[in-house]
Amino acid sequence: MRAFTKLTAVPAVLDRADVDTDQIMPKQFLKRIERTGFGEFLFFDWAKDPEFELNRPEYRGAKILLAGRNFGCGSSREHAPWGLQDAGFDVVIAPSFGDIFRQNCVKIGVVPIVLPAAQVKRLQRFGGQELTVDLEQQTIEDPSGELTPFPFDAFDRHRLLNGLDDIGLTLEHEADIAAYEAAHVRG
Amino acid sequence: MARSLFDKIWEGHIVREAEGEPTLLYVDLHLVHEVTSAQAFEGLRLAGRNVRRPELTVATMDHNVPTLPGPIEDPLARAQLDALRRNCEAFGVRLYATGSGREGIVHVIGPELGLTQPGMTIVCGDSHTSTHGAFGALAFGVGTSEVEHVLATQTLPLGKPKTALVRFEGSLPLGLTPKDVVLGMIGQVGVSGGVGHVFEYAGDVISGFSMEGRMTLCNMTIEAGARAGMVAPDDTTFAYLEGREFAPAGAAWEQALDRWRSLASDPGARYDREIVVDVETLEPQVTWGTNPGMVAPVGAVVPDPVDYADPDERAAVERALAYMALEPGTPIDEIRIDRVFIGSCTNARIEDLRAAAAVAAGKQVAPGVTALVVPGSAAVKRLAEEEGLDQIFVRAGFEWRNAGCSMCLGMNPDVLQPGERCASTSNRNFEGRQGRLGRTHLVSPAMAAAAAIAGRFVDVRELEAVPA
Repeated sequence: MRAFTKLTAVPAVLDRADVDTDQIMPKQFLKRIERTGFGEFLFFDWAKDPEFELNRPEYRGAKILLAGRNFGCGSSREHAPWGLQDAGFDVVIAPSFGDIFRQNCVKIGVVPIVLPAAQVKRLQRFGGQELTVDLEQQTIEDPSGELTPFPFDAFDRHRLLNGLDDIGLTLEHEADIAAYEAAHVRG
Repeated sequence: MARSLFDKIWEGHIVREAEGEPTLLYVDLHLVHEVTSAQAFEGLRLAGRNVRRPELTVATMDHNVPTLPGPIEDPLARAQLDALRRNCEAFGVRLYATGSGREGIVHVIGPELGLTQPGMTIVCGDSHTSTHGAFGALAFGVGTSEVEHVLATQTLPLGKPKTALVRFEGSLPLGLTPKDVVLGMIGQVGVSGGVGHVFEYAGDVISGFSMEGRMTLCNMTIEAGARAGMVAPDDTTFAYLEGREFAPAGAAWEQALDRWRSLASDPGARYDREIVVDVETLEPQVTWGTNPGMVAPVGAVVPDPVDYADPDERAAVERALAYMALEPGTPIDEIRIDRVFIGSCTNARIEDLRAAAAVAAGKQVAPGVTALVVPGSAAVKRLAEEEGLDQIFVRAGFEWRNAGCSMCLGMNPDVLQPGERCASTSNRNFEGRQGRLGRTHLVSPAMAAAAAIAGRFVDVRELEAVPA
C-alpha cells in the first residue's frame, strides 16, 4: 500500500446523500479480474450526464472528494474505492460512510475522513480551490487559512502514514493465531 | 457482567488484543464467490502466500451465472467463473460449482448445508453476509482486501462495532411477512441509521419467525447501514439445523446444543442503542424510490418532496422520483409494472416460493408483464419441483429458472431494459441495480406475485377482489 501523509489538491464536490457503491462502480465492471484500471468507469452512468457534478471543468485533476452523508453505502465491492483511487481521488470527506466502503478505503490507501455535516458543507464552498489534507496533523487547511481538525483512528492513521501491509502486520502475530487455533479450532 | 449475544461471540473469537490496535478476530467460516475473490487470490499468489485454512473456506458460483440452461455467452463472466475454479483448485478450496447440485446463492447454500451455525464468525466478500446472523452468528460482508486477509490468516483486524437492540413490539397483522417487517424497519431507521452498529433483533415477532424469515430480516440489515444483524439461537434454529449435511451429529450435536443455548443475551445486557419498531399497524410495504429506506405502505401515495424539511433529503427524493418516473401523490396501488422478479438472497428460499405460489395458483400473469421465478439454490429448486411449485408458476405464466443471483444485480443475462418497472423481491432498488435505467420496487414474494397477476401493485390481502 502507498503511504499517505499530506495532500494539497483541488476538491470536487458531490453533495448527494446515500451515494451507493452501485453508482460509484456499476455492476458491469465487476466482472474484471484485475485490481487496476477502474478509474475510467467511475460513476459510469451518472458521468454520461453533462450536468453531473464531477464533469465540471473546475474539478479536473481533483484528488479530494467532498461527499454527502452515508457515502459508499450498499454493496461491499472494493471496485468502488479502486475506481476512486485510480481516478486520482486519494481522500474522501463526508459526514458518514458506509461501513464496508470505509474499511475498504483504509485497506487500499484512500483516506476516508468523517466531519460533521456543517463542516463538510463549509468545505464544499471551496470546491475548485485547493485544500491541504494533513494526516499527520489530522487537519484540513482551506483557502481562508482556517485549519479544520478531524478525528481518525490511530491505528489506521499509523498504517496509512507508513503504507503498511495489513496482512504482513497480522502475520507477525502468527504465534497468537496458532495458539487460538490450538485451543479452539477442530481439525 | 451481563453480556449480549454479540459480546459473547466477539470475546470468544479474540486472537489478540493490544492497546491502540484493532482486535484480531478469528474467522470460523469464509464464504467465497466469483466476483470479489479473483483479486484476493491473485494477491496471495503475488505475495507467495497460501490459504491458511482451506477447510474453513467454501466457494460457490452465483452472481454471474445465467439462469437459463446452456453455455455462458459472456466472455468476461466465463473468465471470472473459470478464475474461481482455477483458484479453488490451486489453493485447495472446496467449490460448489454450477451443476454440482449444491450450488446456489452463497447466502442460501451456507445455511441449507448446515455450514452456518450459531456462535460462529462468518465473513464473505458480499454485503449480504449479514443473512447468516439469523442463526446467532456474527456475520458481515468484507471487501476484497479483507477477503485476501482472511484467506491468508483466517483472521481480521477489526475495531469493535457499537451494538443496538432492535426490539419489535406488537403482533404482526395477518398476511404480513418478514420482508414487510424489515422494509418497515429500514423506513423508520433510515439507510444510514445503523452505520457503525451491529443490530440484535428481539421481540415475540422475531421469535415467531421461521429461520427463513429471520434470514430475510438479517439479510437486509445492511440496507439500514448496519454491517451485521443477529437473532439469538433458539429451538427454531436448532430444529432447522439438525440433520443438515455439515451440522454436528451424534454426541457432537448434544455438545453443540449446550454451547448454542448459552449464546442468548443475558438479562440486563447493555447495548449502545435501543430501537423500538412497532409492527402492530404495519401494512405490506413497497419501495417507491432509489434506496430501501424510500418505502411506503401499499395503501399510501408517492410522497411529495416539499414535505421533507431537510434539504438534502428533499433533493434526494426529487432525484429519486425523477429517476423512478413517479409523480407525488400517485397511489402506490396505481403504479403499473412491466416485470416481476422473485428471487435473490433475500427471498428465494422454499418458504418464499411457497408464499408466491400460493398467490399465483390458478391465476394468470397480467398481459404485458414478464415474471421470473429464480430459486436461491439448486436444492431449493429440487424441493420446489417436488412440491409442484414450478408447475403452479409455469401454469400461471411465470418463467421458472435455474438458481443464481439473477436479476437482483444484473451481472448475468437477467436484466431490466431501460425504463422498465419491476416488482422485485430483492434487496436494493438503487439506480441501475437491475439494469441501466431500470426502475425497481422492493416487495415481499407474496406482493410480487400479486403484482404479477394484477399488473400493478396491489395489497395481496385483497387480491381476491381484483378482477382478473
